[in-house]
Amino acid sequence: MGLVLELALGHLGQRKRQTLVSVAGVALGVGFFIGMMALMGGFQQYFITQVIDSWPHIIIKDEFREPAQQPVFRAYPGAAVRLDSLKPRDELKGIRNAREILAALETSPYATAPTLRTQVFYRYGAREVAATLVGIDPKREVQVTQLARDINQGSLDALYSTANGVILGEGLAKKLGASLGDMLSVTSPVGAVLKMKVVGIFNTGVTALDNFESYSLIKKAQVLAARANVINQIRLRIPDVSLARQVAQDLENRFGYKAESWEESYSNVLGLFKVQNGVMYSAVGAILVVAAFGIFNIISTVINEKRRDIAILKSIGLAEGDIKAVFMIQGLILGLVGTLLGWVLGYGLTELLASIRFNMEGFVRTQGFILDRSLKPYAVAALFAMLSATCAAWLPARKAARLNPVDIIRGAA
Amino acid sequence: MALLQTRGLTRILNDGPQAVPLVQDIDLAVQAGEFVAITGPSGSGKSSLLYLLGLLDAPTAGELWIDGQNAARLSAAEQARLRLGKLGFVFQFHFLLPEFTLLQNVMIPMQKLGKLGAEAMRARATALLVELGLESGHDKRPDQLSGGQRQRVAIARALANDPLILLADEPTGNLDSKNGQIVFDIFQRLAARGQTVITVTHDAHLAAQTHRQIHLVDGRISG
Repeated sequence: MGLVLELALGHLGQRKRQTLVSVAGVALGVGFFIGMMALMGGFQQYFITQVIDSWPHIIIKDEFREPAQQPVFRAYPGAAVRLDSLKPRDELKGIRNAREILAALETSPYATAPTLRTQVFYRYGAREVAATLVGIDPKREVQVTQLARDINQGSLDALYSTANGVILGEGLAKKLGASLGDMLSVTSPVGAVLKMKVVGIFNTGVTALDNFESYSLIKKAQVLAARANVINQIRLRIPDVSLARQVAQDLENRFGYKAESWEESYSNVLGLFKVQNGVMYSAVGAILVVAAFGIFNIISTVINEKRRDIAILKSIGLAEGDIKAVFMIQGLILGLVGTLLGWVLGYGLTELLASIRFNMEGFVRTQGFILDRSLKPYAVAALFAMLSATCAAWLPARKAARLNPVDIIRGAA
Repeated sequence: MALLQTRGLTRILNDGPQAVPLVQDIDLAVQAGEFVAITGPSGSGKSSLLYLLGLLDAPTAGELWIDGQNAARLSAAEQARLRLGKLGFVFQFHFLLPEFTLLQNVMIPMQKLGKLGAEAMRARATALLVELGLESGHDKRPDQLSGGQRQRVAIARALANDPLILLADEPTGNLDSKNGQIVFDIFQRLAARGQTVITVTHDAHLAAQTHRQIHLVDGRISG
């Protein structure tokens, strides 16, 4: 093996510049993969953590996945029935048996909070902003979301001590130009108007929440919606968030109402993440494929240049496997050195990104890039790089091993 | 049995519509310690025969026995092993690896054989180079040497694993007459010591210095 390694190193040593270019290709692929993974993985994880913290894991809504069936369709299932001029009944929205559902969930390990969610108009001076008002029971809400923690001005308890208190998202408050203690005029879709006082401002970091959500006591929301004693959402927090999808499914089967897991609520964003990851993997894959071509190129060149050496080595008695190993090792060395340099590059890139400061407001608000510094991207990149290096070296190495020494010896004289 | 023996050894090149016979019906026996020259005009199949004897090419028909082994029947890996341990090659071109020193070049067959330790290999390679008249500069690269010197390093490499048979294909073809004579002097010295040497040459003057000449015409032994 020592001889094979010496031969391999000798070959690479003779083509220093090409070796360097090949190694650089691999290193760039690996480095950018690590950098991009840190960037995107970090952002995605941060977003998910924020969502899991500030959004209920599951929401039972006063909706059904399937529209209600007319009695005639139930009476003749599968039959060809034609129903014209149907006028659906005006139904009072809300979870009808909310009390029973809450009682039933009392014994489960899930924390529950009844809420009434309604659309409202806030008016403050000349500003008028549409937002969502969530009527909550603060004592129960804190078991389900991190609202209490996210309030950075005022307090959740102020909802109790103020006649008509409301807590606004930071973005919403900014849009209104309102601050703590200001009186807002709140109009509901049914026409009810209420004067409410800003008693708190929260910041979850999730833009969608901070710009469009507000909280009041459930009673006030019911007054605005003109639906006394009605709730339309039950918010839940479960011990193991990774089971949210499954628990939601169970709840839906049990109670009939649509139960939405946080993944479903944020499926648009999570779907976007998938596309994002797909794009990134393709881009990095392309870099590594180009790097593989570089490796293929250098090893093919070396083999063409070293035909005489291959001939004499085979004459001396090196087996086909030895010859193949000489060139495979070159590929692996290029892959390995490239990977190591790529790791350094990736680390440097991550640090560079970490040092950049700016204000960004996208899905989340931050003062810089949020980076994931886990080691997994390093391992994945190394795997990709070594795999492509092996494949790139294998084809020319096999060709070299099959060279017929007689052809070369005849030609050399 | 002779050290090397062939019976009806034939190599036909099946390139194109017409088969081209390179060598045909070679019956040959070389005893241990013999110094044999294969001669003949160019295109007579001298080199083709040597490649067959050296297991670098496979015969179309016939038998080849080396040191009691039916060599043509062995697998590629076993043939490689046999070449490594029992055969040594010198070609018209030196085929030294340019990025290795002289010493390293001579050590390559020993490294592959793996019988000697690093120090013993180094000592043996040094001794071989000195014996072939290269007293110093063993850390030089082949391109710093003259043609004659390179060919002597190639001979040292061929002798590295103490082969049973030294096979040479026009070893003086790229050398001037003085250096050609040096190479043949070396072969004679080796033969005198009991080394079996088979060399292809078209130089009648040099061939005359061997024990025996095998003359090829159109791929067959004549006379």
